[in-house]
Amino acid sequence: MLVPRLAVRNLIGAGLKAWLNGIVLSISFLAIITTQALLKGMYEQTAEAMIETHLGGGQYWQNNYDPYDPLSLQNAHSEIPETLEGLIDKGKATAILTIQGTIYPEGRIRPVLIKGIDPDQQILNLPSKVLRPDSDPIPVLIGQRMSEATGLRQGDFFTLQWRDANGTFDARDATVKMVMKTSVQSIDVGQIWISLERLRRLAEMPNEATMVVLQRGLTNNLQPERWSFKSQDYLLQDVTEMVRSKSMGSLIIYVLLLCLALLAIFDTQIFSIFRRKKEIGTLMALGMTRGRVIRLFTLEGAMQAGLGALIGAAYGIPLLSLFAEKGWTLLETTDSYGFALGEKLYPVFTLGIVAGTTILVFIATTVVSYLPTRQISKLEPTEALRGRVL
Amino acid sequence: MNMIANGPLIKTEKLVKSYPMGQQPLMALDSVDLSFGEGEFAGLVGPSGSGKTTLLNIIGSLDVPTSGSVTTIQRKIEALTHREAAELRNRHIGFIFQTFNLLPVYSVFENVEFPLLLLGYPAVERKLAVMKSLELVHLADRHRSRPAQLSGGQSQRVAIARAIVKKPAIVLADEPTANLDAENSHNILKIMENLNQELGTTFIFATHDEKVIGYLRRKISLIDGHVSRDEIVSKNTERRD
Repeated sequence: MLVPRLAVRNLIGAGLKAWLNGIVLSISFLAIITTQALLKGMYEQTAEAMIETHLGGGQYWQNNYDPYDPLSLQNAHSEIPETLEGLIDKGKATAILTIQGTIYPEGRIRPVLIKGIDPDQQILNLPSKVLRPDSDPIPVLIGQRMSEATGLRQGDFFTLQWRDANGTFDARDATVKMVMKTSVQSIDVGQIWISLERLRRLAEMPNEATMVVLQRGLTNNLQPERWSFKSQDYLLQDVTEMVRSKSMGSLIIYVLLLCLALLAIFDTQIFSIFRRKKEIGTLMALGMTRGRVIRLFTLEGAMQAGLGALIGAAYGIPLLSLFAEKGWTLLETTDSYGFALGEKLYPVFTLGIVAGTTILVFIATTVVSYLPTRQISKLEPTEALRGRVL
Repeated sequence: MNMIANGPLIKTEKLVKSYPMGQQPLMALDSVDLSFGEGEFAGLVGPSGSGKTTLLNIIGSLDVPTSGSVTTIQRKIEALTHREAAELRNRHIGFIFQTFNLLPVYSVFENVEFPLLLLGYPAVERKLAVMKSLELVHLADRHRSRPAQLSGGQSQRVAIARAIVKKPAIVLADEPTANLDAENSHNILKIMENLNQELGTTFIFATHDEKVIGYLRRKISLIDGHVSRDEIVSKNTERRD
């Protein structure tokens, strides 16, 4: 117990210096934890928004449907199998029919995806109710980005053209019933929403759909013919990949912050050796073994990290709690990142992030405290007493 | 000269210490043969570079000889491991340095207590021993002070208290008065002389300070690493001033 006791005594004796080091370390601790929490928040927020408005609890796709190939849409529809129809009837799923079309807002031509959805569905968090009553001109729901891109506002009229199942072109007037504000680009950009039944009639695709979206949490064990199930994880793959690619960037920041923290400790320890070389010689002359000297300095470094963690906890817990509650107001340009983040990003602080970062910094700090002190073991007492370092 | 049961307290035989320096090694000590017994108050005297500190360091197991043999309290210095050397210093040898070498973040009490902590003394014994040592150097009332709050003379007295607190067989003092004025020098020398007489501790100094030389009972003159003279000094208080 002598070494811990002396380490505590040294740390207390160091006074202001120990506090300053602790504050620097605590900033590094919090910066690393916050970076990780923001990244986690980014993923969770994006995934949640997508699940809520687009992905549901997974989707059944008509086998010809390929979201990356617009030309496949022409054939990506068929009658909904009975098994899935049963789920829709029970309110546990909703069908979406997607075809290609063209709109002519303000005399301009613009290709769009026309998506049909049941106005009464409650599976996705979309204001589909505005699509009722199914009147003329056709009530249409569009997103904010689509509104900005086309110049269409609520109440505007435009011409909608499409090609039905037989390849015949037809057109009708449509009106924007609502411009919805959403962070999810995949239900907004380049698409318009109309009533499912109306679209089926227009396209002559009775009882057909492109996909069936399941309620969240619904256990899936159906295997209908010509339809394949896409799980939530599969549908979130793109987001996961995107977050992963962003993670690489944040990993660099993480490593840099960690290095900064370790540099602070490393510098402190190196500086301590230079400044305390005579003290080390004195300790050796008084009969302290080299092993004990190494343990003492290593422990001092680790305790410094502990002090940093305590200081960080003292001001970090209220500060980060407030941050988690209030979130981070994002710039409008953040929308172009490809994430469904919305106006604010809320960091997610988990026990794993906090404990993991603390343990990692703690271990790394101990290691970088050990390395310079290991050099002391090569120092002869007489050299140390003369104030000469290796 | 008193000897311990199995021979002298310290004995050097054909002690050589050289340092590599270009083609020709620098001979700090050259074939030094010396013995010290219990209770001596001896000094290694000579100009700078004569080998005083080197000899003191080797006797104190802070350094090792290049060749020859040094026995301190029946232990061959050249054969000791780092751990054994540390243990020898811890148990049997007290050091007093020219620059005091007090641990700056510790109080006076904690500085003096330090060797006892290493030896694993219980708290009660430590406290008694520390306060007794501080009383011997007349600093008991300053036990809560920090080294930065002490004068040079007081700092050296703390260093003396730290050196004697564990009741070592040997105290090695390297230029203990070099940073002190005349009055403080005499004060601490008197203290060390008293301790030598009261406790029977062997004091060996490395010095070229005439004030210290005036207190010595044995004077060993070193020139260029050789012992040029080894003499017993008769008591003459006038020489001290």
